[in-house]
Amino acid sequence: MIKARSVSDKIFDCFVYFIVALGCLSVLLPLIYILANSLSSPKDVALGNVLFWPKNFTLDIYQYVLENDSIGISYLWSIIYTVLGTLISISLIFLSAYPLSRRDLKGRGVFMFIYVFTMYVNGGLIPTFIVVQALGLYNTIWGVILPGCMGIWNIIVVRTYMSTAIPWDLQEAAMLDGADAFRIFIRIILPLCRPIFAIQILFMAVGYWNMWFKPLIYLVGEDRHPLQLILRKMLIQNDMDNIMAGGVGSSTGAEELLYMSEALKYATIVVATLPILLVYPFLQKFFEKGMVVGSLKG
Amino acid sequence: MRENSAEKTDKISAAEADVKGGETSKKKTKREQIRKFLKGFREYQLYLMLLPGLVYLVLFEYLPIFGISMAFQKFNPVQGFFGSEWVGLYQFERFVKSPLFWRLIKNTLSISLFQLAVFPVPIIFALVLNEMRSRVAKRTAQTIMYASHFISVVVLVGIMFTFFSPINGVINNIRAIFGAEPIDYMQNKNYFVPMFVLSGLWQNCGWNSIIYVGALANVDPCLHEAAMIDGAGRLRRVWSINLPAVIPTAVILFIMAVGNVMSVGFDKAFLMQTPGNLEVSNIISTYVYEVSLRSGLGDYSFGTAISLFNAVINLILLFGANFISKKLGQESLW
Repeated sequence: MIKARSVSDKIFDCFVYFIVALGCLSVLLPLIYILANSLSSPKDVALGNVLFWPKNFTLDIYQYVLENDSIGISYLWSIIYTVLGTLISISLIFLSAYPLSRRDLKGRGVFMFIYVFTMYVNGGLIPTFIVVQALGLYNTIWGVILPGCMGIWNIIVVRTYMSTAIPWDLQEAAMLDGADAFRIFIRIILPLCRPIFAIQILFMAVGYWNMWFKPLIYLVGEDRHPLQLILRKMLIQNDMDNIMAGGVGSSTGAEELLYMSEALKYATIVVATLPILLVYPFLQKFFEKGMVVGSLKG
Repeated sequence: MRENSAEKTDKISAAEADVKGGETSKKKTKREQIRKFLKGFREYQLYLMLLPGLVYLVLFEYLPIFGISMAFQKFNPVQGFFGSEWVGLYQFERFVKSPLFWRLIKNTLSISLFQLAVFPVPIIFALVLNEMRSRVAKRTAQTIMYASHFISVVVLVGIMFTFFSPINGVINNIRAIFGAEPIDYMQNKNYFVPMFVLSGLWQNCGWNSIIYVGALANVDPCLHEAAMIDGAGRLRRVWSINLPAVIPTAVILFIMAVGNVMSVGFDKAFLMQTPGNLEVSNIISTYVYEVSLRSGLGDYSFGTAISLFNAVINLILLFGANFISKKLGQESLW
């Protein structure tokens, strides 16, 4: 069916590209605005001169961010929470998903019920808080990392992937060759789960990197707060004093400090967000696999 | 023919087994026993793998579920869970009779109903995206549209505070060019709900379209070819082929959205709360935090009772939506 494209077809195409462009611009422009501001001279930022292109380009403000103690330390804590949390939750998810994907597991229905039940019924904020306190995890980094680290939905997605994308015959063959469950899991299942593994790591890491509420309620004092809570202070509570006090540049005047405080907001947003935005496009082709939606039947 | 021969070989092998008699069957049972033992051993490893998850569930899911019974107590941290006084439905009565009750419900519902109203936007976006001919352009558009999803709530709300600030915020700067007076959007209660919902749409429109894009990728191209031969235009094919292809997914997600009507996300509402918009931004989840954890009052039982009340309504809505969907012959969760 080769046919010259009709006029209506062209109009349709224009409409399609118009809508998509509109969506993309609405996402991109605010991000470009932030980036442009973070790369401009603090004075131009404070006076609102910058739109989508840096004015009087400078990296000064990034140097300031790097030298700032409170941002640096919180950055470190964010990395600690992200690495530890991702490790633990990935282990829990994959260790749980594999047995649940095995059709020969005795009592699979019961175990599935135990897992899925918590999707519909959960203790909620306060009972969880009390339990964390009772377990002695309050004001420790484990109180920040452990509650909520094992997503049931993630387990279901991974389990579904394991039981549909990996042929059962493969496991049966391995069993006949005398491989035990551990061996099958490590040698066959995990290597074949690479796409879903990558996606889960991304999701978990993003979750921990962006987390702010658990550190807020489970930690006393601010010395172990992650970057997101510093950002909350700067951007939402507009409390720049503590953060500016952590800076090194003592020779700067009051006026300049005021300018700096505006520019600093944009630079910190970039520093907090860019790592993730640089990683996710590489995993994009796997996203659809990570989002299996279906009913819970079967 | 084939069936016949299969039957024959079956009969033959059965006869052979009979002839060889009891000796081999003894050997067989022994071997089976060994195999069974090995199989049990393998399964023990499976259970071992389940163990960490189960421990987690007991500690961080089932203990808190058990702790919900605090809602029927006057929980006192000093006396602990077992020493606290049981008060029946007192906390629920307190909530229902509290002057804030209807306002909290109204605030919560006005956000979530607005959210349900924009539910179709990602579907429309996926349908449009699917019509792009160039693969590279489509892929690029998707990459861009996903970016906002990975921005944290804190940064999102922070961006809103910065952009919509009455002093030097970019939006008010642009308005000033046209001679308009600056508006303090974040402190104005009229803007809270639209800004809440539209910022959510900005953040997740692309992301939520992934599922639908996936469903569209599974549409059989033959359907389109057949429709083209019948003279259907592109719009017609989108309407009659692509749209029905995404409906089942949409129904499932809609049921789940209805089941969450009463639990508007705490994070964004809490972060967006300002003295100026508290009248409309005070929703059930932020109120729970307010009375129990934030104020230092430590009214844990009251907060738990409100959560439980909320969860029960959600569950009823979820079952209701699922039931109706089933009756209408649509997809269902169970």
